[in-house]
Amino acid sequence: MVEYFTQHILSFSIWLPVLAGIVVLLTANDSKPNATRWLALAGSIVSFAVTIPLYTHFNFAEGGFQFQEGFRWILSFNINYHLGVDGIAVPLILLTSFTTVIVVISAWEVIEKRVAQYMASFLIMSGLMIGVFSALDAILYYVFWEAMLIPLFLVIGIWGGQNRVYATIKFFLYTLLGSLLMLVAFIYLYHQTGSFEIVDYYKFPMSLNVQILIFLAFFAAFAVKIPMWPVHTWLPDAHVEAPTGGSVVLAAIALKLGGYSFLRFAMPIAPDAAHYLSGFMITLSLIAIVYIALVALVQKDMKKLIAYSSISHMGFVTLGFFIFNHLGLEGAMVQMVSHGFISAAMFLCVGVLYDRVHSRQIEAYGGVANTMPVFAAFAVLFAMANSGLPGTSGFVGEFMVILGAIQVNFWYAFLASFTLIFGAAYTLWMVKRVFYGEIANQHVAALKDINKREFFILAILALLVLALGVYPQPLTDMTNATVTQLLSHLAQSKLGVVAPVDMGL
Amino acid sequence: MENIRYDLITAVPEMIVLGMAMLVLLVDLFLKQSNRIAIYVLAQVTLLVAAYVTFSTHTPGVGYAFTGAFVDDTLSDVLKLMIYLGTSLIFVYTRQYIQVRNMFCGEFYALVLFSVAGMMIMVSGQSMLTLYMGLELLSLSLYTLVALDRDNPRATEAAMKYFVLGALASGMLLYGMSMVYGMTGSLNIADINNALMGGAKIHSVMILGLVFIVAGLAFKLGAVPFQMWVPDVYEGSPTAITVLISSVPKLAAFAFIIRLLVQGLQTLAVDWQQMLMIMAVLSIILGNITAIAQTNLKRMLAYSTISHVGFVLFGLMSASINGFASALFYIASYVIMTLAGFGIILLLSRKGFEAEHLDDLKGLNQRSPWYAFLMLIVMFSMAGVPPTLGFYAKFTVLQAALQAGFLWLVVFAVLMAVIGAFYYLRVIKLMYFDEPLDHHPIQAPLDMRAVLSVNAGALLVIGLMPQGLMSLCVYAVLGSLS
Repeated sequence: MVEYFTQHILSFSIWLPVLAGIVVLLTANDSKPNATRWLALAGSIVSFAVTIPLYTHFNFAEGGFQFQEGFRWILSFNINYHLGVDGIAVPLILLTSFTTVIVVISAWEVIEKRVAQYMASFLIMSGLMIGVFSALDAILYYVFWEAMLIPLFLVIGIWGGQNRVYATIKFFLYTLLGSLLMLVAFIYLYHQTGSFEIVDYYKFPMSLNVQILIFLAFFAAFAVKIPMWPVHTWLPDAHVEAPTGGSVVLAAIALKLGGYSFLRFAMPIAPDAAHYLSGFMITLSLIAIVYIALVALVQKDMKKLIAYSSISHMGFVTLGFFIFNHLGLEGAMVQMVSHGFISAAMFLCVGVLYDRVHSRQIEAYGGVANTMPVFAAFAVLFAMANSGLPGTSGFVGEFMVILGAIQVNFWYAFLASFTLIFGAAYTLWMVKRVFYGEIANQHVAALKDINKREFFILAILALLVLALGVYPQPLTDMTNATVTQLLSHLAQSKLGVVAPVDMGL
Repeated sequence: MENIRYDLITAVPEMIVLGMAMLVLLVDLFLKQSNRIAIYVLAQVTLLVAAYVTFSTHTPGVGYAFTGAFVDDTLSDVLKLMIYLGTSLIFVYTRQYIQVRNMFCGEFYALVLFSVAGMMIMVSGQSMLTLYMGLELLSLSLYTLVALDRDNPRATEAAMKYFVLGALASGMLLYGMSMVYGMTGSLNIADINNALMGGAKIHSVMILGLVFIVAGLAFKLGAVPFQMWVPDVYEGSPTAITVLISSVPKLAAFAFIIRLLVQGLQTLAVDWQQMLMIMAVLSIILGNITAIAQTNLKRMLAYSTISHVGFVLFGLMSASINGFASALFYIASYVIMTLAGFGIILLLSRKGFEAEHLDDLKGLNQRSPWYAFLMLIVMFSMAGVPPTLGFYAKFTVLQAALQAGFLWLVVFAVLMAVIGAFYYLRVIKLMYFDEPLDHHPIQAPLDMRAVLSVNAGALLVIGLMPQGLMSLCVYAVLGSLS
């Protein structure tokens, strides 16, 4: 039994939350929402516990795929159910299963309408996202990647704000468009290699033109998801309209799907194109870092501000990827995980206020620190982390990427470091307007400080943000070997290995 | 003597269906209204027996009967079994609907069985004459069925339109066939193929004939630019008839195309490939874009059908075994999706109320989470989102087209699929994000609820394990084309 489990940890990690979600749906009873909540919490905790062996049993010296398992799935097209993880996937899987627990707790009394469907959506989504991080077969990956859109689409549409229908349909169509182009790239690779195994694609040589087209097809899918400027416009809409849980999952995990996929697909499959287009990618990243930060500065809506801040921070991630050095890549990984904690916490903070006052506008608040001192302390901590204060996790990733960038080009680093100024500006200015000053109105005056449940989730996130900020070693140890291997793969050109075969290109 | 016996044995399923159709008509005369349910049972038993005979006499080989005018091969058997199954589901879904609308009569079941016989003959036709006969038997039954609710002016109008345009299409088809006959001197598909394989120069009359044949087929399939009848007939017909028109006949039409274009006229593949390509592109554009503007659910599904036909043509135009098997897989998936989709519409309709406007779906999640979930699967499947069956359908035809070298057309089709996704998402939006307008409890017989759940659930289950259906389609196509 134990042996069976250790051989199929990834399958358990994927299907246990999905199963929990289905059970929650089937046993739902609208008159007893508490039973549903406890069941969902139990499901999410067990699902999280199942993923912990991925860390404890991880072989840190190994850069390749571990915990591999699989069987032949669709014989006609040589599609396999093939799972496996390496050092860049495991941290994100742990982040996913952990965030799901947080989301379930955060929704406790807040969601009153159709509790079972809400909880089940997040549990199922969690399983599907872990599937994305652990699939080693292109079609299996694609199925998880698309399937996770369905629950997120419903979450934003059912429990979202005023303009939710527009936001959720925009989100779905944007993502679908990019994904379908990626599917065309997969089919093309399949006809060339006769396989949907990602590892086979890594070895397959292609001419530069083909690589560029493949890279652009992947770019369409991943740039939308991360999101990169200028295809980011769906994110602020989706974030603003989504319920708190939806925003948390979007920011903490869904965006990472895009970042992860660049490392898993676009860059190693088309390394020459990645080098060839690196200037383009770095330019887009720097625009995101500087320009989007300025956009964030003028936002009046707190969620929108955090959404733009996310785009700006994800610009750091793509910058870290495309400078092709160890520090940059590892920094990008730290940044992804750290942003998962910080953005989740920031959205939870907005959720705390929204649940009480039902407004996301900055001007609806003022002097909250007077009525909610404990909450204000947490909010300020997360705001500091978001602006990259040393000692918090936000600093580590950004600093590593800037150090990496300076090895490549001084000006990249120069422009990127603007974020430390702008990030502090927009975050702290928001904190100042919301939390400090005179008590603005009677709504604020009537605020009650956070309850135990809210204290608990914010405290856990605060601990994680500080721990990762002071001691990021466990995370970097994990990614180290994989990043080294990835960089050595990226350094090898795929051109001129054999005469490339072009098909219709 | 031996020949006649073999001929008759080969066509036993057709004879069963035809004989039983007449029996249903006769028995109906002697039944009291309260015992009418017997004809429903009789019709279901007919399909069951026919399925048993088809299945038990199945061999992987090819058998010709009636001097080569009739064929029994893997494709015909697989398609016939799919047709029986589909029709049987239609009988389950429509029973209550036609009962409360006073259409529950022997004529309905007899006509549907006649149309099934027509489809079976199309599927097994190996001569242009047999194929045409089957097609006409199917078409005439369908025209009559549309007008079955004779006091309904909308249905009468739809029947008229369907009949006039359908007759025109049949005329074109026949005209094209006459040219092919004139040039090759034979009606038999195999002989036509042999005559053309001879290497003689292809006369331009052949191409002209081909154009007429393709136009006629496009009419029947509902591909652009011959799609005019589709939305009107879908909307005007009683939903119980729309579900029939929109589903199983597409399987027969697929067989028709395989027999005529692939087995008979494969020498002209380059020519019909181009025609199919143009029709595929136009169908996908028009179907997806026009569907956005619809407020009537049945009309929306009509345009959705047009775009699905475009995707099927994508598979066919690849002109390879891979392409044909993909097209068959797509049609089979399409039939399952369509049956489930119309099944939900039939479920929501009740006496004096037709659920046919998009707004009738509003708030379905609050009225019945289970059926809303089933419709959600159907819609995501039609939009081609995994893990539903519709994704693999699109995946297979796109990979076939890509293998045939149509890279940019595939990219184009994919972009159109995104536009298409919009109107399927709108249905989900209505069901899940809006408040219900209609608070009537959903009433349906138990068998219908169960079958509908299995049917829509199959989209998810086959979506997780598509290998079986894929193998079946490859088996069917390989057995009769190689």
